[in-house]
Amino acid sequence: MAMPEPVLHARGISKFFPGAIALDDVELALYPGEVHALLGENGAGKSTLIKCLTGAYTRDGGTITLSGTEIDPRDPLDSQALGIGTVYQEVNLLPNLTVAENLFLGRQPMRWGMVDHRRMRAEALEILRDYGLEIDPGRLLDSYSIAIQQIVAIARAVELSGKVLILDEPTASLDHDEVQLLFSVIERLKGRGLAIVFITHFLDQVFAISDRATILRNGRVVGTRRLADVSQTEIVTLMLGRQLEAATHHRAQSEPGELLLSLKGYGKRGSIEPFDMDIREGEVVGLAGLLGSGRSETLGVVFGVVAADQGKAELRGRPLRISNPREAIRNRFALCPEDRKTDGIVGDLSVRENIILSLQARQGWHRPIPRARAEEIAQHYVKALDIRLASLDMPIRLLSGGNQQKALLARWLATEPELLILDEPTRGIDVGAHAEIIALIEDLREKGMALIVASSEMEELVAYSSRIVVLRDRRQVGELTGHEISTKSIVEAIAAEDAA
Amino acid sequence: MMKSTLRRVTPQIVILALVLAANFLVFPGFFHVEFQHGRLFGNLIDVLNRGAPTALLATGMTLVIATRGIDLSVGAVMAIAGAVAASAVTGGAHWTLAVLMALAAGAACGLWNGLLVAIFRIQPIVATLVLMVAGRGIAQLLTEGAILTFNDPGLIRLGAGTIAAVPTPIWLWIAVACVTGLVIRRSALGLLIEAVGINQTSSRLAGINARVLLIAVYLVSGLCAALAGVIVAADIKGADANNAGLWMELDAILAVVIGGNSLLGGRFSITASLLGALIIQGVNALILLSGMPVEFNLVIKALIIIAILVIQSPRVRHSLYLLRASTGPVLRERPSRAAPRTRPEKGQS
Repeated sequence: MAMPEPVLHARGISKFFPGAIALDDVELALYPGEVHALLGENGAGKSTLIKCLTGAYTRDGGTITLSGTEIDPRDPLDSQALGIGTVYQEVNLLPNLTVAENLFLGRQPMRWGMVDHRRMRAEALEILRDYGLEIDPGRLLDSYSIAIQQIVAIARAVELSGKVLILDEPTASLDHDEVQLLFSVIERLKGRGLAIVFITHFLDQVFAISDRATILRNGRVVGTRRLADVSQTEIVTLMLGRQLEAATHHRAQSEPGELLLSLKGYGKRGSIEPFDMDIREGEVVGLAGLLGSGRSETLGVVFGVVAADQGKAELRGRPLRISNPREAIRNRFALCPEDRKTDGIVGDLSVRENIILSLQARQGWHRPIPRARAEEIAQHYVKALDIRLASLDMPIRLLSGGNQQKALLARWLATEPELLILDEPTRGIDVGAHAEIIALIEDLREKGMALIVASSEMEELVAYSSRIVVLRDRRQVGELTGHEISTKSIVEAIAAEDAA
Repeated sequence: MMKSTLRRVTPQIVILALVLAANFLVFPGFFHVEFQHGRLFGNLIDVLNRGAPTALLATGMTLVIATRGIDLSVGAVMAIAGAVAASAVTGGAHWTLAVLMALAAGAACGLWNGLLVAIFRIQPIVATLVLMVAGRGIAQLLTEGAILTFNDPGLIRLGAGTIAAVPTPIWLWIAVACVTGLVIRRSALGLLIEAVGINQTSSRLAGINARVLLIAVYLVSGLCAALAGVIVAADIKGADANNAGLWMELDAILAVVIGGNSLLGGRFSITASLLGALIIQGVNALILLSGMPVEFNLVIKALIIIAILVIQSPRVRHSLYLLRASTGPVLRERPSRAAPRTRPEKGQS
């Protein structure tokens, strides 16, 4: 098919970080009038590539040509002047200025040395009409929804640059109608011959609006595809780099015990669509799905991080209401969050204090755990989980990632939970600790604990899960049991065409 | 336990010793304590006595700051408490009832602050600023704009009386500090407060009731401020809504900071804050005793405090650490700022 010259052509882009190659010989060609999706799991190099293109990072190799001439943007402002505009998920405009002021900031029409507000407003109105927005440009940006603000940001970027528009997760905080509004703007810009880079975790949206997609994995391009020619399964396989034929490592496990927790139509508007879930003793329910598919959100409503606003829960057949983590803990739930640093550890407290924290919180402030008992508990788990530390008195923030994770597991095991919820328990930890945590999960399951584990490591889920719930776009889209459990079936369930 | 506490407050003890030594240099009779008319007299006793309001405020403020908050309203709460006590006794109430009413007023103020911070999630500095400004107005309404004097001997004894030859305010602040310290450290409150101050999200997920804790620390701060207000009013036999506790919140915060407690919350030591309060009072005494013209007072106080804070700053402490390390046997190589780059495997461009 005869293609015109690419408007932007990046070749051999490389970027090294100390100890890691972030981008390795990446090529990206953008043609006028196309929407080009940039896909990949977290850490695949999408953001790094964008930052190299816009000059936010200095690249370590490669060339960028824009409309046939080689460019070397020093910083994002420079690249904007050259013709590459970028809009991020968080609108980086000034909410306390008017829409018109935001559009014209730095290049306001002047009259006798003063800003000509009337002309600015009139021109802003005209520009916004081009984007299908009938809003008053004299009002504060803040008074409009995120979607409108997003479009204003796009308008500003396009007016300033006009050749290439990079949209970094623009739909992450938009609802369905707002996404449609944004898409209509993208279609208009496409018609004007702009090349648009679209980054998102929502695969449906990729297929709805994009012409082609470049898929990155571990800093390399693993493929560029015309979306009309490929299936979602192929894209997901490329993103995750899994062979669909991969053998099942699903291990035989003992029969699950009694029903512990039963959730019916459980959900929270704007966070996770209603779902049903049963968890038995001695069973690991795995949660699979791409980033942003609602894994953490599911765990969050179960543990009461955000209270569910619909559905019913039953614990051993008795109705249960959980509206905050304290109530969850009182019912012997435990949750190890995904982000250890911000949601897990209390950095300046000692390892010992961190380990007994939840137990102490449940006992209440008036019943302090005696120092000797705390020492004993901490010592027990340090030994059982092989936590490497210099002293129990050292601040937990000084431990390595894997040891922090083990200490957090110790905190929860010390509360003797009946339901242990783990969110990405093996993320960012070294290989040794990784294997130990998986062994621990299997051990706890065999001892009759009920576990819910969310992970982006599919082999891992396949290895220890009794059942796997697959999520997509904040909705449960499938459940795999017994022989169905394999990485292949997970990928297929993630990619399955939406019935709704 | 004792040993680690002592190590924690060593800098404050050293600074306090220096300040007291300076007092001795400008006024050789500084450490002289006399027993007259059943009461101890002397400059040292004065420091302990006059430092009572700051010490009381610092006790509550330490807890608030440990949760990563701040309480700007304590000075105004002092004025309110003084006004409540004064109007109660002049209205014929028994002095114990008057004191209880003043404490209740302080508790209500603390509760208000706590609700704004914990429930409505208003930034502490803004939330307590409201009462800092409005509180003095409330106190003025209570005293109807005048200094409301009283001569109830029971109430006056709290500010100007003695127990076992020692001025009552000294007993009061030491008692409050001991009770607070004991309750905090003998229960799990200290740990839970520190956890909330360091990482509120983690604490909530670990099952700590951060809201109740936050409300509680502002409540304690309000109670401490109310007692300080009663002492100040009792001392001058009147409630002065305009001047009682004026700028005292700043002295209290300063005491906590001199005590080496981080304004970012977390680990705290009430003992260190109390030493901080005594240091401030020691500096006040030094300026008075040195016979410097009164106009210089605030400037000199500021200079001394800047010096104390600079000595405690991370930068100076780090330099001191390096100095000690360099004289020691092993000086570790400092890691270079830029880690070496990994090899560009394919030398393409």
